[in-house]
Amino acid sequence: MTQAEKERRFQEKIDKEIKIEPNDWMPDEYRQTLVRQISQHAHSEIVGMLPEGNWITRAPNLRRKAVLLAKVQDEAGHGLYLYSAVETLGTSREQTIDDLHSGKAKYSSIFNYPALTWADIGAIGWLVDGAAIMNQVALCRTSYGPYARAMVKICKEESFHQRQGYESLMKLCSGTPQQKAMAQDAMNRFWWPALMMFGPSDAASTHSDQSIKWKIKRFTNDELRQSFVDATVEQAQILGLTIPDPNLKWNEERGHYDFSEINWDEFWQVVKGNGPCNKERLAARVKAKEEGMWVREAATAFAKKRAMKQSA
Amino acid sequence: MSTNEWPLWEVFIRSKQGLNHKHVGSLRAPDATLALENARDVYTRRSEGISIWVVESAHIHATDIDEADAFFEPSDTKIYRHPTFYEVPDGVKHM
Repeated sequence: MTQAEKERRFQEKIDKEIKIEPNDWMPDEYRQTLVRQISQHAHSEIVGMLPEGNWITRAPNLRRKAVLLAKVQDEAGHGLYLYSAVETLGTSREQTIDDLHSGKAKYSSIFNYPALTWADIGAIGWLVDGAAIMNQVALCRTSYGPYARAMVKICKEESFHQRQGYESLMKLCSGTPQQKAMAQDAMNRFWWPALMMFGPSDAASTHSDQSIKWKIKRFTNDELRQSFVDATVEQAQILGLTIPDPNLKWNEERGHYDFSEINWDEFWQVVKGNGPCNKERLAARVKAKEEGMWVREAATAFAKKRAMKQSA
Repeated sequence: MSTNEWPLWEVFIRSKQGLNHKHVGSLRAPDATLALENARDVYTRRSEGISIWVVESAHIHATDIDEADAFFEPSDTKIYRHPTFYEVPDGVKHM
């Protein structure tokens, strides 16, 4: 079979909504796009544990602490499902993680913003996980089987993440004026970075067209961003929080909310490594790998010892 | 040393008594004991299972996807294996 014939058959499968599985033939570029996207997604789950992990010991009560622990543990699990999915494409896990640590691979720019107050943890759950869910629900139908299956599991678990964040903000918003102000401050700082999570605008997105054709992505960045804004406005009203955008208003003709242009300079600065916490986040990951090495070595040594005893 | 030395394990979970174990994903672990414990933490945080199997991925043998058409051909061509192949009169019951 010629290359062109293989590619034609591949696209036919995609068009017929037949999922692509690990051992199926696929164009190199499809494989590379998936490795890039899934590993970026996995890294985001893992790096995403850092801003929240910092608040586990500072949670205001035991209930919030238990919830935050469970949430952070879920993020670790989600990272692992996704690392497994990357591995099915023939890239080693070690390589995938090294690419993060060397700065070659990216993760969601949102995690380069600090979580300064307890209200930020609520805002992260509500807005950041909310934006992530918008993206992930669409990915449950992605064309690559292992990725789609990981997404289904992740979406099932993720919805509590958003709800707990919203509930936590609800509490602050119905508290003292200082607590309400803290919630509004978190909203002010996280709103725009949350909108940036959907990536560059369709006009500036380099990978979008082909990804849509291959059904890796089902919706464009701008479509998902719009759905998120439309879904979130009312949620903010119920909290009594103001979305920090003077141009946000309902557009009857479009049937969507209009909103201001995103500060793309800031977006690209953060993507390129110059956000408030880029260096800190990467350093934390590298340190975790290096300082956790002895645990992995001990586990390997113990496994060997046990195997020897069993065979003796 | 790196985790490269840890084998890959496929994880199968029985969600409840009476159902078969179903493949849910994979993970890396140094041995079967830790693979089972990791599988519990990664794949059953919400009571998804009552029993877990882990199998080293290297031990799984699979059909060749490129040969699938020929390999499964014998079952595609025998339509008389299905009940709808046979005609019975309208009045016949319990069949």
